Amino acid sequence: MNHAMVRYLIGWMLGVESLFLLLPALTALIYRENVVLAYLGVAALCMALAALFCHKKPTNTRFYAREGFVTVALCWIVLALTGALPFMFSGEIPFVVDALFETISGFTTTGATILGDVEALSRASLLWRSVTHWVGGMGVLVLMLIVLPLAGGQTIHLMRAESPGPSVSKLSPHLRDTAMILYAIYFGMTVVEAILLMLGGMSLFDAACTSMATAGTGGFGIWNTSMAHYNSYYLQAVVTVFMILFGINFSVYFLLLTRRFKAAFRIEEVRVYLGVILASSVVIALNVRHLFPSLLDSFHHAAFQVASIITTTGFSTVDFNQWPALSKAILVLLMFIGACAGSTGGGMKCSRILLMCKSIRKEMQFLIHPRAVRVNKMDGRRVQHEVVRSVNVFMIAYLLLFILSVLLLSVTNEELITNFTAVAATLNNVGPGLELVGPAANFGFFSPLSKIVLMFDMLAGRLEVFPMLLLFAPGTWRREK
Amino acid sequence: MRIIIVGCGKVGAALAEQLSAEGHDLTLVDLSERRLTELTNTLDLTSVTGSGTSYHVLKEAGVQDTDLLIAVTAHDEINLLSCLIARKASGCHTIARVRDPEYVAEVGFMRDELGLSMVINPELSTARVVSRLIRFPSAIGVSTFAKGRIELLDIRIPEGSRLEGMAVCEIGPLLRCNVLMCMVRRPGQTFIPKGDFVLHAGDDITVIVPRSEQADFFRQIGVPNDHIRSAMLIGGGKISYFLAKLLLDSGISVKIIENRLERCEALSELLPGATIIHGDGTDRDLLDEEGLARCEAFCALTGMDEENILLALHAGRHTKAKLFTKVNRVNFEEVIGSLPIGTVVRPKQTTAELIGQYTRAMQNSMGSNVETLHQLGGGAEALEFRVAAHDLTGVPLQDMPIRPDVLLCCINRKGKRIIPRGSDVLREGDTVIVVSTRRGMNDLQDIFQPEGTEGATS
Repeated sequence: MNHAMVRYLIGWMLGVESLFLLLPALTALIYRENVVLAYLGVAALCMALAALFCHKKPTNTRFYAREGFVTVALCWIVLALTGALPFMFSGEIPFVVDALFETISGFTTTGATILGDVEALSRASLLWRSVTHWVGGMGVLVLMLIVLPLAGGQTIHLMRAESPGPSVSKLSPHLRDTAMILYAIYFGMTVVEAILLMLGGMSLFDAACTSMATAGTGGFGIWNTSMAHYNSYYLQAVVTVFMILFGINFSVYFLLLTRRFKAAFRIEEVRVYLGVILASSVVIALNVRHLFPSLLDSFHHAAFQVASIITTTGFSTVDFNQWPALSKAILVLLMFIGACAGSTGGGMKCSRILLMCKSIRKEMQFLIHPRAVRVNKMDGRRVQHEVVRSVNVFMIAYLLLFILSVLLLSVTNEELITNFTAVAATLNNVGPGLELVGPAANFGFFSPLSKIVLMFDMLAGRLEVFPMLLLFAPGTWRREK
Repeated sequence: MRIIIVGCGKVGAALAEQLSAEGHDLTLVDLSERRLTELTNTLDLTSVTGSGTSYHVLKEAGVQDTDLLIAVTAHDEINLLSCLIARKASGCHTIARVRDPEYVAEVGFMRDELGLSMVINPELSTARVVSRLIRFPSAIGVSTFAKGRIELLDIRIPEGSRLEGMAVCEIGPLLRCNVLMCMVRRPGQTFIPKGDFVLHAGDDITVIVPRSEQADFFRQIGVPNDHIRSAMLIGGGKISYFLAKLLLDSGISVKIIENRLERCEALSELLPGATIIHGDGTDRDLLDEEGLARCEAFCALTGMDEENILLALHAGRHTKAKLFTKVNRVNFEEVIGSLPIGTVVRPKQTTAELIGQYTRAMQNSMGSNVETLHQLGGGAEALEFRVAAHDLTGVPLQDMPIRPDVLLCCINRKGKRIIPRGSDVLREGDTVIVVSTRRGMNDLQDIFQPEGTEGATS
């Protein structure tokens, strides 16, 4: 393990974070809020630590997959620890576990909150929660790659460990350019959304917070009633569309921008994703028809909830905990499916689900014709055995983690549906679950033990399980003799 | 530059490493996904899995916007086809590795008709490098043009040389050598010499001398001469064949030891001037009998790395010969480098380096008509231009308004070297080598006097 290199990269990450901490500090200055010192202080602290860590560039910059996973996992933990400090210093969330929960929920783009009254927070803190979504959505290390003064392609291990999905695709030969393209698209879409929201009558602050939370598919609302606060079909529809857009693989946008339309439309995952959204919206709209005055109304809310859940954003316009069982079941299923690989969304990712379905079909054919040979293809190209294997193993690890978490939650909490959906909502980075953790409720009532389990789930879900598991595997740290 | 590399064997990987370190945008194409993953894990580049001869795969690799495609798979035909497709698809530059001697003989046709920018034969280029090392004493610098066919030699005139005090126009008649003096450098000054320019000891001169006269020229001007007259090559493979040919051309006697009778016969037919010995090159008695102790250059060129290293170690102990050892394996470089086995020859590495050189030259000359560019030091450059139809073709050189700070050194016409005289003319498709103290020339037109200021021409 190249400790010097891990330290160096964490230092750079802290430097990037300190810049982002200036945003809420600026907000606090503008609105004359007294939390400005908390944010400025933490920004200075991060900068100092960054300077300390990056003071000397390591002589040995060798960097392998192992360092990549460990660095990403450690970075995210450090990110959460430092990101939680302003909440504690300003006294808005004084309890350590609560502050950490809120920050991790932000960075992992979960959007599950422990706060009963969000509106009591200062504007700076509200913005900081949205900023954590934005940075966490595309990945802070991917952003760091743009500025990192390191040559060579070994840093792809960082991107691979942080980017969601079974495999990472480079958009340009240089990793730095790839990171830049991704962030440019990301930034551009966020700005477009903010402008559209402002056209619908939102204030600049509301539009910025909402669009950043949508972009990262996070879901922290700045009002207690989430998106239901804006009683405008236009605003909710804009958010619906952008949630869906941010859940699409970003390679698609790159292909569209470079006018390779055929290749863009060939991506099966996106077609499956859009198909699932359409189908579940229609079914739920019919299922909840009696709760709304018109069919259009019911479709509007169904589509919003579906988009919010499948992209793992977690905004809500209605309390879907009151909906019929079929609708709730579909929504819980959507939590697991998740968005596309290479997007900012969480969950298991459509491409994995698609691959697993294809494996099942292949296995069935194999049972009927034991000597049959069948090559699984995706987007018109052969799926390598390693990818299938990693998807299967991911599935197993995911399920085990899920079961273990539900078990640990049950130690202190009585309600099974609450426990089940709380884990589903955090491991998939969705946010709201059902019953006690439904869209109208919050996670504040959980015991500290449960909160720690859920925090781990959020990180594991965002980093796709293995980086977090590797961090705690003894083999990772064992010194080679 | 955007570059596509087709084939990621040893050469492809070495190239990828080199070119990505220079900051080019690389895309690799190979059939083996595993191989590509290994490379993308360590280098900053993208890859496409598939056949390099498929238009769709190449399109996915971005052949439309690429500047250069390098095909270095193990198969000549795939390389050629891949280059052809890329050329038709986008008109980019293409480099193909072609090893079959039968194709090598048709390089000119391929380059002109198939539109290849460069055809590289690893064995031939390796042989060229080795022959250069054997032929030139270490005191001489060499820059090559016209894909290695023309050599510009940098020499410092030693004390007491015959050249001392000699005017440039006297050199030819007095030394009875066909010498073209291109440039003279003195501390702080660089000259393109006229006929009456007088040379001093300590001048750095750049000359073009035909290969067959080089040895004689060095001897006459008194360059410290560790010149080699005989070479022993172990193994009769392709490199040996090309090397023997080059050495024989420059008057060095060659002995090849090869243990397959048919190959010996073939070699003897191809190389009438060389001594071909049928026998086991690792047999000590045979080596002694064939005069190992007296040979001046010893090249271990069999197909086995281990055998070559042992042979070179043995020869190093029993002779004072210059040693050359062929090693194919890329790793274990430090260990092999620390052994007393003389110059280590790596055909794959050499290929990669040559292509790298071409790429760099291409980058320097992007947006201009410069084919090759070498910095000669002292602010001077040697450039190779391709002659286009509008470039005063058919006009004798003596009637051309060539600038005084420019010298036209050499014309390369379909692989033939012409040292230009006043009566020679340029033809379309020739390449010319120009030495100049002016910087930033982009086109052959730049060597002419601007209209209206026509002065005396050299």
